[in-house]
Amino acid sequence: MKSRSINIFANLDWILVILYFAFVFTGWINIYSAVLDQDHSSIFDMSQKYGKQLSFIIAGLGLIFIILMLDGKFYERFSSVIYFVSLLSLVGLFVFGKKVGGATSWYAIGSSFSIQPSEFAKFATALAVAKFISIPSFSLKKVKYQYMIFAIIMLPALIIIPQPDPGSALVYVSFLFVLYREGLNSNYMTLAFLTAFLFILSIPFDYKTLILIFSISLIIYIIYQKQRGKPIVKLFLYLTYIIVFLTSVDYVYNNILEDRHRNRLEVLLGMKHDPTGVGYNQHQSMVAIGSGGFNGKGFLKGTQTKGDFVPEQSTDFIFCTVGEEWGFVGSASFIIIFSFFIGYLLYKSEKQKLVFSRIYGYSTAMIFFFHFAINIAMVMGIAPVIGIPLPFYSYGGSSLWGFTILLFIFIKLDSENKSIL
Amino acid sequence: MNRKIFSFLMLFIVMIIFLIRLFYIQIVNDSYKFESDKNSRQKIKLYPDRGYIYDRNNILLVSNQPAYDLMVIPRKVKNIDTLKFCKLINITKERYIKRMKRVKSYSWRKPSVFIGELSKENFAFFQEKMFKFPGFYIQKKTLRKYPFKSAPNVLGYVGEVSSWMLKKDTSGFYRQGDQIGIAGIEKSYEKELRGQRGVKYVVVDVHNRVQGRYEQGDYDTIPVNGADIKSTIDIFLQQYGEKLMTNKRGGIVAIEPGTGEILASITAPSYDPNLLIGRKRSKNYSKLLSQDGKPLFDRGLLAQYPPGSPFKIINALVALQVGAITENTGFTCHHGFRHGSLHVKCHCGIYDRPQKLNSAILRSCNNYFSTSYKLSIEQYPTTEEGFRVWSEHVKSFGLGKYLNNDLPTGRKGLVPNTQLYDKVYGKGRWRPTYNISNAIGQGELLVTPIQLANMTAAVANKGYYYTPHIVKNIGENSVENTRFANRINTTVDPKYFPAVIQGMIDVFEPGGTGWASRIPGMKIAGKTGTAENPHGQDHSIFIAFAPADNPKIAIAVFVENGYWGSRWAAPISTLMIEKYLTGEVKRKRLEKKIIEGSLQNEYNKQKNH
Ligand SMILES: [Zn+2]
Repeated sequence: MKSRSINIFANLDWILVILYFAFVFTGWINIYSAVLDQDHSSIFDMSQKYGKQLSFIIAGLGLIFIILMLDGKFYERFSSVIYFVSLLSLVGLFVFGKKVGGATSWYAIGSSFSIQPSEFAKFATALAVAKFISIPSFSLKKVKYQYMIFAIIMLPALIIIPQPDPGSALVYVSFLFVLYREGLNSNYMTLAFLTAFLFILSIPFDYKTLILIFSISLIIYIIYQKQRGKPIVKLFLYLTYIIVFLTSVDYVYNNILEDRHRNRLEVLLGMKHDPTGVGYNQHQSMVAIGSGGFNGKGFLKGTQTKGDFVPEQSTDFIFCTVGEEWGFVGSASFIIIFSFFIGYLLYKSEKQKLVFSRIYGYSTAMIFFFHFAINIAMVMGIAPVIGIPLPFYSYGGSSLWGFTILLFIFIKLDSENKSIL
Repeated sequence: MNRKIFSFLMLFIVMIIFLIRLFYIQIVNDSYKFESDKNSRQKIKLYPDRGYIYDRNNILLVSNQPAYDLMVIPRKVKNIDTLKFCKLINITKERYIKRMKRVKSYSWRKPSVFIGELSKENFAFFQEKMFKFPGFYIQKKTLRKYPFKSAPNVLGYVGEVSSWMLKKDTSGFYRQGDQIGIAGIEKSYEKELRGQRGVKYVVVDVHNRVQGRYEQGDYDTIPVNGADIKSTIDIFLQQYGEKLMTNKRGGIVAIEPGTGEILASITAPSYDPNLLIGRKRSKNYSKLLSQDGKPLFDRGLLAQYPPGSPFKIINALVALQVGAITENTGFTCHHGFRHGSLHVKCHCGIYDRPQKLNSAILRSCNNYFSTSYKLSIEQYPTTEEGFRVWSEHVKSFGLGKYLNNDLPTGRKGLVPNTQLYDKVYGKGRWRPTYNISNAIGQGELLVTPIQLANMTAAVANKGYYYTPHIVKNIGENSVENTRFANRINTTVDPKYFPAVIQGMIDVFEPGGTGWASRIPGMKIAGKTGTAENPHGQDHSIFIAFAPADNPKIAIAVFVENGYWGSRWAAPISTLMIEKYLTGEVKRKRLEKKIIEGSLQNEYNKQKNH
């Protein structure tokens, strides 16, 4: 015990630490390239985004130091407190929030610095979920606990949605996978996938047609499966869900969604070609990535990146710069390494002896996965434009610190894994 | 499914999807790459050389010369030494500021011409120092060049494509600033002459310096030069005709009867085609537009005159065709044609005995043709029908309608039809005597010199013509197997021609109206004419073809206010024929007299009126 308090670096998983620094550093390099212009060329220029990002990174080092200094038990013990503070900070936005780019998701600190509490709510929720599930009496088989755990997950999401910041809210779906891993009835997963699937189908097809098709296929299925005695009731419940869902989606789509939302969906689903309008960002970002070719144009040589063709180049669309300047070689490497990073987190979580650590690690991995999957899919034009940062790469102090805390709490928990018998 | 594996599997699937998508965008699909390279890629239009134009003997008439425009992209102009720049291209600072303001108001990002057509010295100076002036560059272009100060009406000119032409152009070929043929051969053969534009892509750095070719030239297209065109014009004949028309106004058109090829198309006054080149074009153009005598008006193609006596040839042929007369029919002239109170005067000189066709042609007897015109129409039960037949015969000589040839302009002329007289007199209430002036080529009739020349060619061919055209070859291809090779027959039987032609030959015999203009040793067929002109002196007209037995040239000459046919038009015609057929004019005295002769006084009189 004594040696650990002296050396906070003992038993750290160096693979994760090295990957972290590799991501943060290459991310910073890409931000530099994305916002560089002729008049400001010093990489340490604090008036520029890359200069600021560097200060965020350095501040992040301080956070890492603090996280590693604290005892692993601290996080388990104070998880509820952290969670409630985080909820308060989200609610507080309705009163003290600052509007940036249409969303009231920020607290202004001083004149030039803002902080986005939703970035910190993720690790707080992860802690809360891990804590709650690791309570010995907890069982996902019991409906009461199911409700409670859903409430923990959905509370921050529900506060975030009306800011409005649907991207950040969507990330909370990642906890569903954690629950599934921990034994949640697979019907929930089926329902979630079915919902996503139906939602996409309902856009090109008329809902009545879909209902008809599903009903007929179900009847045929039942007739052929009759003798085996499959749970017909369950299937009928699914069908009811399909009908209710499709009807309400149709209603929402036509009566609640605004034109701009509809447009986004239609462009995404290829029902509308519109490279200058709604699809502009995505089109430009694909052009930028596509222009990288196999080898890329080289560091600082991106022309799309320089030309300010892609809006939000340094934040949500930072992957464009990777694609353009580092080409297929660079961006494919990034995708593989980042996937490895998430996979490694999953692997490490499974190795945790403490339930709390395991669930927290799993949550961490899934949060990273959701950010990674949605962001890259959006930038490459296979998902709608949902404002969501790419961990460690996108410019911004809040998201960098949020992800740093999220990861390093797990690294800290993991470092104590060995000493648990 | 094992729940521990589930997330790994999902992660793996997403990774694979991303890698495939990435592969597609970055490697398979080129369009993203090509589009993105817009900034680093500069498109250079490669202009093909416009085709040259030659005369029928392969003498170069139109070629190209380089010119250099100083271009500017205002956005890219940064920190330049303005004083040095002005000194280099020899302009004042005020001009620089003025130009810059104009250019910027046009576009900040698009290139504009800063100084057009730099002088050779300024170009050389500037090119050496160009690198010091970012945003400026030299753009080479080509201008037309005319070795002969001749035939501007035939060759035409090129100019910058106008905005309404751009709007009309459905092919999308032209861009702002492109050159296009505006008149003459340049216009009618624009498509052949212009060639095909090419495009070259180069990679440039931030300072717009060329780094190399884009994608090894995979996206480049090579320009295809325009086709050279061989005109039917004989430039020396053309020049000679222009010279003969010095200080006179009018039009000359000469045609090769056997092919319909236009040997010369002259309008007087004329101008030097080099005036309409490049940037000085618009200034000179407006100058020419307001100049006395309208040099831009191509009289050979556009001026409509009454045909006068040469039209008697057609009337004779029609009368023969409808059986109103034979070559031996004779009419006695009583100092003219009399019918009731109508009296068409005649000065043919033979008033005591009947005159046959031959004599009537060479003496141009008004009585003979008035009588035969009346009889021609009276061959039919009604005046209306007779007149319609007459009108159709006349039109079969290419009169009163567009020739539909390869010249960009033309006029229809006028051959009256029955409706015209129905309108004036009422249906069925007029007689041939009401429009007897048609018999002698006056009245409502109007022809252009090219129509008259074509009519002459049809007579020379004894009953057919080829659509007159100005181009012989396009590149390697002759126009022989195009519509210009189609023989167009008149409605008059070839057997009636020899008698009429004999009359035209006898015009050059003693006592004939062409005697003074004869070429010793050459058999020419011709006919003088005088077209009444209510605004001043009558117009002098002549038609001719030669050699009469084997016609190689048919010609029509109009000299405005030239008094009468034999005074100007006849000598000009035979001088042209002599020049074309023998290559050398031996009648130097006549030639000198014609060249030096001026009708300027007549024109000044008209101007004062
Ligand atoms: Zn007479």
